[in-house]
Amino acid sequence: MAYNVIEVRGAVKHFGETHAVDGVDLTVQAGELFGLIGHNGAGKTTLFKMMLGLLPVTRGEIHIDGQPVRGEAFRQVRRSIGYLPESLALYDNLSGLEIMLFFAKLKDADPRSCLPLLGKLGLANAARRRVRGYSKGMRQRLGFAQALLGSPRLLFLDEPTNGLDPQGIREFYQILRELREQGVTAILSSHILAEIQLRVDRLALMRTGKIQALGTVHSLREELNLPLDFQLTLQPGAEEALRQALANQPAASVQFNGTMVHVRCPRERKMTMLNVLAALDNVVLDLHIKEPSLEDVFLGYSDATA
Amino acid sequence: MRTHIEFKQIGVIASKEFWDRIRNRWVLAVAVIFTVFALVIAYFGAAQQGTVGFRGMDVTIASLVSLVIYLVPLIALILGYDAIVGERERGSLELLLSMPITHFELLMGKFVGLAGALAFSTLAGFGLAGVLLSYQLGPTALYHYVGFMLSAILLGMAFLSIAVMVSVMASDRMRASGMAIGLWFFYVLVYDLLLLGILVLSQKRFSLSFFPVLLYLNPADIFRILNVFGFEEVRKLYGLATVLPATLASPWLLGSAMVMWIVAPLGIAVWRFK
Repeated sequence: MAYNVIEVRGAVKHFGETHAVDGVDLTVQAGELFGLIGHNGAGKTTLFKMMLGLLPVTRGEIHIDGQPVRGEAFRQVRRSIGYLPESLALYDNLSGLEIMLFFAKLKDADPRSCLPLLGKLGLANAARRRVRGYSKGMRQRLGFAQALLGSPRLLFLDEPTNGLDPQGIREFYQILRELREQGVTAILSSHILAEIQLRVDRLALMRTGKIQALGTVHSLREELNLPLDFQLTLQPGAEEALRQALANQPAASVQFNGTMVHVRCPRERKMTMLNVLAALDNVVLDLHIKEPSLEDVFLGYSDATA
Repeated sequence: MRTHIEFKQIGVIASKEFWDRIRNRWVLAVAVIFTVFALVIAYFGAAQQGTVGFRGMDVTIASLVSLVIYLVPLIALILGYDAIVGERERGSLELLLSMPITHFELLMGKFVGLAGALAFSTLAGFGLAGVLLSYQLGPTALYHYVGFMLSAILLGMAFLSIAVMVSVMASDRMRASGMAIGLWFFYVLVYDLLLLGILVLSQKRFSLSFFPVLLYLNPADIFRILNVFGFEEVRKLYGLATVLPATLASPWLLGSAMVMWIVAPLGIAVWRFK
């Protein structure tokens, strides 16, 4: 049975008058890939740091792997945690391999795992080069390799794809998928919503220190009841036929752009709309249904709050 | 909730700090500076009196003391002022503290590593000079010279401890460097002048029996007393015999005071860092 690796109960963090985290309740199950999204300053990084024991909570409780985030027991838990910070700073005067060996010693990880990990992240050829000469993407890969030292069971990844090229992003998520299959739990924050919407099991949307919404991407879409977009390609001159067909669909809004047409309708009218369009098979050349993206969900919640 | 101390973690940090200084040739540079200055002073130390050449260990050590009092605190402060604030400013402190290491272990590791680098360069620098001068040193002189080197290491560690404390307390590297320079200025240049000023201005209007104790409040003065009190001629030269009673000049007492100067700032640093 899956158990809660992360349990946050009523966590509050105040910096003077600023309420960076304001009463957060959150649980993340073992083996889950969990996303944390929100505007800049929403409190994601502060929550990360509190969960890692880097910042003490003003109020509330945080347990990682059943242990409070302080004391000797948490030191043992930390040996099974990998962390990639948002602002990754590494030692420029050391080589990638030396940095890995340094952190391996601190984590009691097998030093023989350093080179294979660097190889896995595509840094085998640069392992003995000083980090001073690394590109931003290479540094990020090295940071991720460092987080994977000691075969962690829990990963905290704050903006993990910062500086990675598309190939690097794909490889990063491929590794994350493999780890997930091995039962590793990962919690990651990102502001690139398109990137994580298909990859996380659940996510939390943070706003002004609070969790505004929590669930799967699908459940958040459902909750907001965002409309669906139908993208159609029409035969030239078929606009009038479409207009007439949609005349009986008052809930639908239509935008023409030449032969490309966007029809937006409430989610519950999806099948009706499909039937209407199916009847126009002689003029509709192509049809694509676009579900609201995570970005739409994010903006939807922002608008709802505003 | 208490955590026990893992000395291995202190060792990992200390080893990195030490080898960083070896690698960037900091240790080599400081050792060369010490060797060159020690040899130059040993040879030209008495030039003001119109002679050059080695004139005995007491005069050489007295001259070296003046050098070390300026140089070692400055080097120690430069070495340690960004130990913590530098990591914090670069952003690497967060990653370090996410490891299974406590604040105490990290701080002690930093201090031990830097102290090792400073001690190694001091021993190498003055040791090499000692070896080069050894043909002129007898066993007693050698004993004094070794004592001088050890006390120079203690002096360096006292100021390194102060620097690490500054590094914990300062909000950024700029402020930390300003505080470090200010402390060097105060302890090395201003403090003795201040004491002298009080001495002159008091004109025996109030008791100055506590005065020698004030010398204990400056590690540079402790170092000076440790090294010059053993030499009769030098003691007279520095006028120490008139200021400091022999009871307060016990090497053990002075050594303990110096150790306190290492422990106390480090203790404050640990407390603040937590």
